Amino acid sequence: MTAVTPAPPSAAGAPAPTDAAPPNRPGGRSRLPAAAGFACGAALLFAVAPLALSDFRLALLAKYLCVAMVAVGIGIAWGRGGLLTLGQGVFFGLGGYAMAMHLKLADAGPGGMPDFMQLYGQLDELPVWWRPFASPWFALPATVLLPMAVAFGLGSLVFRRRVRGAYFAILSQALAAAMVILLIGQQGTTGGTNGLTDIQGFFGYDLDDPVNQRMVYFIIAGVLLALLALARQLVHSRYGELLVAVRDSEERVRFLGYDPASVKLVAYVVAAGMAGLAGALFVPAVGIISPALIGIVPSIEFVIGVAVGGRATLLGPVLGAVAVAWARTALSERFPGTWTYLQGLLFVVVVAFLPGGLASLWALARRRGAERAEVSTS
Amino acid sequence: MTVLFGQLFTGISIGAVLLLVALGLALTFGQMNVINMAHGEFIMAGAYTTYVLQQSITGAGLSLLVALPVAFVVAGTTGMLLEILLIRRLYARPLDTLLVTWGVSLMLQQLARDIFGSPNVQTRAPDLLTGNVAVPGGLTVANNRLFILALALAAVTALTLALRLTPLGRRIRAVVQNRDLAAVSGIPTARVDRTTFFLGSGLAGLAGVALTLLGPIGPTMGTNLIIDAFLVVVVGGIGQLKGSVIVAFALGVLQATGEYLTTLSVAKVIVFVAIVAFLQWRPQGLFTLRTRSLA
Amino acid sequence: MTLVAAVAMTACGSRTSAEGGAAGVTADVSGDTVKVGLLNSLSGTMAISEVTVRDAIMLAVEEINAAGGVLGKKIQPVGEDGASDWPTFAEKAEKLISEDRVAAVFGCWTSASRKAVKPVFEKNKALLFYPVQYEGLEQSPYIFYTGATTNQQIVPGLDYLKAQGTTSVYLVGSDYVFPRTANKIIKAYAAANGMTVVGEDYAPLGSTEFGTIVNKVKSSGAKAVFNTLNGDSNVAFFKEYKSAGLTAAAMPVVSVSIAEEEVKGIGTQYLEGQLTAWNYYQTTPGAANNRFVAAYKAKYGADKPTSDPMEAAYVSVHLWKAMVEKAGAFDVERVRGASDGITFDAPEGLVTVDGRTQHIAKTARIGRIGADGLITEVWNSGKPVAPDPYLKTYPWASGLS
Repeated sequence: MTAVTPAPPSAAGAPAPTDAAPPNRPGGRSRLPAAAGFACGAALLFAVAPLALSDFRLALLAKYLCVAMVAVGIGIAWGRGGLLTLGQGVFFGLGGYAMAMHLKLADAGPGGMPDFMQLYGQLDELPVWWRPFASPWFALPATVLLPMAVAFGLGSLVFRRRVRGAYFAILSQALAAAMVILLIGQQGTTGGTNGLTDIQGFFGYDLDDPVNQRMVYFIIAGVLLALLALARQLVHSRYGELLVAVRDSEERVRFLGYDPASVKLVAYVVAAGMAGLAGALFVPAVGIISPALIGIVPSIEFVIGVAVGGRATLLGPVLGAVAVAWARTALSERFPGTWTYLQGLLFVVVVAFLPGGLASLWALARRRGAERAEVSTS
Repeated sequence: MTVLFGQLFTGISIGAVLLLVALGLALTFGQMNVINMAHGEFIMAGAYTTYVLQQSITGAGLSLLVALPVAFVVAGTTGMLLEILLIRRLYARPLDTLLVTWGVSLMLQQLARDIFGSPNVQTRAPDLLTGNVAVPGGLTVANNRLFILALALAAVTALTLALRLTPLGRRIRAVVQNRDLAAVSGIPTARVDRTTFFLGSGLAGLAGVALTLLGPIGPTMGTNLIIDAFLVVVVGGIGQLKGSVIVAFALGVLQATGEYLTTLSVAKVIVFVAIVAFLQWRPQGLFTLRTRSLA
Repeated sequence: MTLVAAVAMTACGSRTSAEGGAAGVTADVSGDTVKVGLLNSLSGTMAISEVTVRDAIMLAVEEINAAGGVLGKKIQPVGEDGASDWPTFAEKAEKLISEDRVAAVFGCWTSASRKAVKPVFEKNKALLFYPVQYEGLEQSPYIFYTGATTNQQIVPGLDYLKAQGTTSVYLVGSDYVFPRTANKIIKAYAAANGMTVVGEDYAPLGSTEFGTIVNKVKSSGAKAVFNTLNGDSNVAFFKEYKSAGLTAAAMPVVSVSIAEEEVKGIGTQYLEGQLTAWNYYQTTPGAANNRFVAAYKAKYGADKPTSDPMEAAYVSVHLWKAMVEKAGAFDVERVRGASDGITFDAPEGLVTVDGRTQHIAKTARIGRIGADGLITEVWNSGKPVAPDPYLKTYPWASGLS
C-alpha cells in the first residue's frame, strides 16, 4: 500500500498541478502585489463592510471572520503540512471557554459566581480551576496558550510515533468527540450542553450596545489581517519550505537530517493557537460558547471551508470559510427545509471536481489568459 | 458477581455491534483507504429497508430474515453508485474522500427525512428476539444481543473465507498489497474496487438491520456510530480483519467496564485515552500489513 | 490593538444616533399582515421532535388567519431552521427580530437552545413563546413558557408514584441540564417523602448503548424507574429494558419525554403499560381536543398523532392572539402587561396565563401507554396547577434554588 499522501501531491519535476498553488517560492512573488492585496482587504473589511451592512449582518460577518481565523491555521497545518486536523473545534473551544470564563466572572463582579453554577451545580464557591480566569492577565494569554499547550502535548505524542494521514485525521476527530462529552459531563462547572451563555460585557463595554458590537467587529477584522500577515511570513520562511517538503515526502526530509515530527508539531501548534484566538473573539461577537461549537460537526465544517476556498493558498482558506459560512446562512434563510441538500452538494462538487478549491479557478483563469496572450503574440 | 458477568456480556455485545459496523469500514477504509463518512447512512439505509419490508411482510421474524439480504443489496448498490460517481475520482486523495462523503451523508440524511419524515420509525422485532435466556447463576442474556453476536461472527467468518478462498478475494488482496503490480498482472483493478465497495457498503446495510433490534431508526442514526467504528479499524490495523475483530471486542469490554466503574461519559473518555496510548505503542495498529512501499 | 479600537470608536460613533440606540427593535406592523417567527430545528438530531412542533404552530396560524387574523391583520409566518445547533438558534432569533421584525417568535425545544436565545430576546425586548416542558428555575420577562414547569409534571409524577406505594426509584437521564435538574428535585422530594433513590445514571446525549445502565437498574431492585432520557436514547433504553426481562408490571418506568410521537418511533411492543407524565394526551376528553385532533389529522395525515409539546405550541399561538387583542396592540410591553389572567379553552382543558411568572396554569396528567400506541390517563390533578418555576411553595425544595 502506498503511503497516505496528503493531497495534493506535487511530484518534483512534474508540471505543477493546477490545484496546488505554488507554495515554494522563496520570498513570495514580489512584495508589491501582496501589499496591495493586503490594503485592498483592509479597505474592504474596515470601510466597505461597516458602511454597507446592517448591524445584524455585520455581527454575522464578525462571526464568519472568526471561522476564517481558524481556516488560516488549517491552511497552514493541512494545506502546507498535510495534517488533516479534524479536531480544530477543540482548540476553538478552549480559547472560547477561556475567554467566556473570564467574561462571566467579570459580569458576576468581584467575589461573584456565574449564575448557572448556583442553579445547576449548587456550588457555594468558585471551583479552583476557575479562579485564575478572573484575572485578564491570565485569561487572555490562556485563550491562545492553552490550546497551543494541548496541541503540543498531543502532537508530540502522536507525531513522534509517526501517526499520520487518515490515522491522524480520525484521531483528531475522536479528540473532539471526547472533549464534548467531558464538557457536558461537568455541567455544574462548565454549563453542560448549554455552554456559557448570556455574556453581557467585554472589558467594561456593554455588548448589547451596537457601537460596542462594531468595536468587536473591528478588533476581529484587525486580528484576522494580523494573522494573515503572520501566516504569510511563516509560509515564505525557511520553515515554510520545510513544512511543504514534509507534506510531499516525509521520508526524504528525514533522510536529509531534519526531524519531520518537530516540523509538523510547529504547524499543528500554530494552527491550534489561531483557532484558540478565533474562539476567544467569537465569544464577544456571538455571546455564547457551547459544546455544539466543538464537536465533530463544527470541526469538519471548519475544514470544509478551507477545502472550498483552496487549501494550499494563503487567502483561499479565508475566502472559503467566509463563503461557506455565508452560504450556510443565506441558503438556510431562503430554503429552511432543503438547504442541507445544497450545502452537501456544494461540498461534494467543490472537493471532488475542484480539488484546489475556488482559488484554483483564479489560477486557471490566469493561466488561460497567459496562454491566450502567447497565442496572440506568436 | 452476577453483575460482573452481566457486564462482561454487555461488553462483548457492545463489541459485536462495533464489529458489525466496523466490518464494512475494514473493507472500504482498511483495504481501499477510503474514509467513507456516509457509511453511517448506509447503515440507515439498511434499517429503513427493514422498515419498508415490514409494511408488506407482516411476520416480524420473516421480514427480518428477508431484510438481511435485501438490505445488503440496497446498501451495497448505494455504495457502488457512490464509488462510480465520486469515490473513483478520489483514490489518489484519501483525505478528500472524507470531505466528499461527509457532503454525501448530509444529503442522504435529508433524503431520509423527506421520504420517511423526521421522527423515528418503528419496526417490530420477532417475539423470540425480545426475550432472554437464563444462564445458570441468575444471569440472563438478551436474545437480540445473542443474535447480533452470531450475525457479527457469521459476517466475519464469511468475509474471511471469501477473502482467502475465492478468486475475488485473491484479487482484492492483490490490489491492496500492490495495486500497480496487480494491474500489470491483468487484474481489472477498477472492477475490483467497485466490488469491494459493494461488499463494504452491503455490510453496513446488514448492520442496519441488526441495529433495528437495539436502537432508533431515524435519519441521524448512523452518525453516532461511525467514529467509534473508524477507531476500531485504525487501532486494529489497516488491511487486516483479525485486528478489527480483536479490537472491537476489547474496546467493547473496556467500555462496559468503564461504564460500570465510573459513568458513561467518563468511560468514553477512558476509551479514547486508551486508544491514544495504544497508538503510541503500535502506531500502525495491532497488526500491520507488510508492503513493499516506502512507509 | 488600541489603534484598532480607536478606529472602531471613531468609525461608528457617528452612526449610533441615526439608529436610535439599544432600545430594542419594534415589530413592523405597518402593513395588513403581521409577521411572526417560527424557530425550530428542521435538520440535525433534534429534527425528530421539532418538526411536529412546527406543524402544530402552522396549524394554529392557519386557523387564526381563517378566522380573520389578529387585530384584523393576517399572520405571515417566517420559518427558520435552528439546525439543532444552539449558536444557530441565537443567530436566527436575531435575524427574525431585527431583519424580519416579527411581532413574536414561537419555538425552541432544548433548554440549551432556549438559553442561547434568551439574551437575544432580552436585548431586543422581543417575545418568545417556548412550548416544551422544561427544568424550571427560569423566568425571563421576554419569554412565555407554555409547557410544564417542574411542579406541573415531575412533582405530580412523584406524587403518583408515592400514592402507588413506591418506596424506591432509579433515576435514568440524558446528560444535560433538564435531567440533572429534574433529578436534583426528585432527590429532594424523595428525601422528604420517605422514598429512596437507589441509583442515578446519565447517558451522553444521543447515546444508544444501554447495556450497562439496564444491568445496574436490574440489579438495584428499585420499585420504579424515573426516566428523563431524551430523543433517540429512549428507543435504545426501552429495547434494552424489555430484552433484560424488565416489565411495566414489576418495575414501571415513568417517562417525562415520551409522548405519542415518540411512542410511534419506539413501538408499543416495548412500551405497553409504561407510564408517562404530561399535561395533554391525544385521548384527553373535550370538544376542544376533538377539534384539534381532527384538524391536525386532516392537515397532516390520519396516522399522525398529536402530543403534549405540539399542543403547547398550538396553544401558545392562540394565547399570543388573545394577549394582543386584550392589549389592542402588538407592542411587546403592552402585550406582556395584558397577559395576566388570559384564558384559553385549550385541547388540554382550560389554561390560564400567570402574568407574574409568564408560565401557564395546566392540569397535570399521568398516563399509561396502551397497545394501540395511544396514552390513556390514569390520574390527573383535578384542576390546573399554578406554575411555580422556582418551587417556592414546596418546603422540601427550599435548598434547591
